Amino acid sequence: MSSDLIRVENLTVGFGGKSLMKDVGFTVAAGEVFVILGGSGCGKSTLLKNMIGLYRPMAGRIFIAGEDIVQATGDGKRAIQRKFGVAYQAGALFGSMNLIDNIGLPLEEYTGLDAAARELTARMKLSLVGLAGFEQRMPAELSGGMQKRAAIARAMALDPAILFLDEPSAGLDPITSAGLDELILRLARNLGITFVVVSHELQSIFTIADRVIMLDKRQQGIVAAGTPADLRDNSPNPWVRQFFNREAP
Amino acid sequence: MLGGRLDAAGVAPLWPEARAALAAQSGRAVVVDAAGVEYCDGAGLAFLVDLLRQERPAEAAVRIVGLAERFDRLLAQFDVEQFRQPLVRPVVDDSLLHRIGLASLELAADLKTQVAFIGEAGRALAAAARSPGRVRWGDALAIAEEAGVNALPIVTLVAFILGVILAYQSAVAMRQFGAEVYVADLIGISMVRELAPLMTAILLAGRSGAAFAAEIGTMRVNEEIDALSTFGFDPVRFLVVTRVLAALAVTPLLAVYADVVSIAGGALVLLSFQVPLATYFNEVFTLVGMSDLFTGLFKCGVFGVVIAGIGCLRGLQTGSGAAAVGISTTRAVVSALVLIVVVDGSFAIVFYHLGL
Repeated sequence: MSSDLIRVENLTVGFGGKSLMKDVGFTVAAGEVFVILGGSGCGKSTLLKNMIGLYRPMAGRIFIAGEDIVQATGDGKRAIQRKFGVAYQAGALFGSMNLIDNIGLPLEEYTGLDAAARELTARMKLSLVGLAGFEQRMPAELSGGMQKRAAIARAMALDPAILFLDEPSAGLDPITSAGLDELILRLARNLGITFVVVSHELQSIFTIADRVIMLDKRQQGIVAAGTPADLRDNSPNPWVRQFFNREAP
Repeated sequence: MLGGRLDAAGVAPLWPEARAALAAQSGRAVVVDAAGVEYCDGAGLAFLVDLLRQERPAEAAVRIVGLAERFDRLLAQFDVEQFRQPLVRPVVDDSLLHRIGLASLELAADLKTQVAFIGEAGRALAAAARSPGRVRWGDALAIAEEAGVNALPIVTLVAFILGVILAYQSAVAMRQFGAEVYVADLIGISMVRELAPLMTAILLAGRSGAAFAAEIGTMRVNEEIDALSTFGFDPVRFLVVTRVLAALAVTPLLAVYADVVSIAGGALVLLSFQVPLATYFNEVFTLVGMSDLFTGLFKCGVFGVVIAGIGCLRGLQTGSGAAAVGISTTRAVVSALVLIVVVDGSFAIVFYHLGL
């Protein structure tokens, strides 16, 4: 049996009958930090939204822990979605709730834990992402980096095996960004969580990624796959080397 | 002794029992044998931390032994001392007196803001009158189309049904005196002077006033208003003047349209009471004068300015987050409805004393 936790097969995604990428396939192994990389507008976030079942692909299949999220509907789809957590680009914390209630909401809905148990569990999630003491803050009272960390804590509320992160470092200062990278690595190594990260922050990718796939909108698909260092140094594709070496066209 | 899977489903029934068992053994040391634990996730770790954080004398401490190394490493990430103190939720004074005090302060602050806004908007409108070329007429026309032309279907429906209801209600009573024809006077005067302007204003408040607040509120949340300010643009000139001018133009036009549709609705009903169309319209045009029409239209103009102004003000007052936009929208509609009634009542008194 394969140890692949996620398997994407012959995926074609797009909007309004127009495809953004065609016939894409890749796998993500359990416990790895997998990065989807590419230039602006190449469809990284669209691919992610297909993988988490928010968009329906034009063709292809996406298996999450052996179950096809593309074909699943209703309760079946929701059951697959509970196997992963998602931290969105802008955090997407619920603005009318403080942090402890943001994290407590999925615990309240999906577990039989009583209020005290939910509160302690949520406090421990916040402590894991370095936000102990901020439990009663409202999202609007937090900095961008803190919101992203809180979003990761909320995504971990139900202890999913997989976390999808959409541009976690975007818009953050280098120190906050490095802190977030360290958090991702710590969670992956200590808790064994599998990460799928959409990013185009090169420094962050070299720090966190076990494996990378690189998308290109001209070729409508994956143009390179491997470790970041491998792609930078050995890719036969000049555009990939140019991207990794930050060279102007 | 603990065993099996310590996940949310596993610990949920166990947790209250464990708390009760610890409380029952409050004076004795407790050793929890966790050698049988096969799986432990975040909820399981929270359960173990909860056992360890209980306030007990040193000689009655709780110890966890035999936990597999991989779970023990995860547990070691947490400082139990940090979770010993309960999370204290801020206490909100919910007494009646406190709430009345808060509401009074909010009302006073709101009135102050409204006065300041009237001043700002008045200055911007005066500047627009002095230099009409600086008004963004393209924006104003687009808003007028949305608030006016696109409101025609709902105005048609409501005005027509209002005319029909008014005609039926009054015709049944009037027939007892053989005075069905005077229903035309009743419909004509009440619609033109009062009901059409009021109905148009209420529809505009629910439709466009709310839309103005939501749109400007979302711009506030997205920092677009800050962007306007930092470019040196006056948000009132950009956002408020165009909306107020658009509402000032379309509200009277919608009211005239509502007058026509509602009177036509009444005419159809009176046909069934054997009142010919010629008689009906002759009665309406004889009794309803230009002063009735213009007082109605004047009120409509004021209603339009009030609705657009309060919608924009509530939008500009929006706080942060999605909920704030909802609050602004609700406040815009409620404030507009209150102001419409107050302004209408004031006009009734003024027109009476002026003999209009």
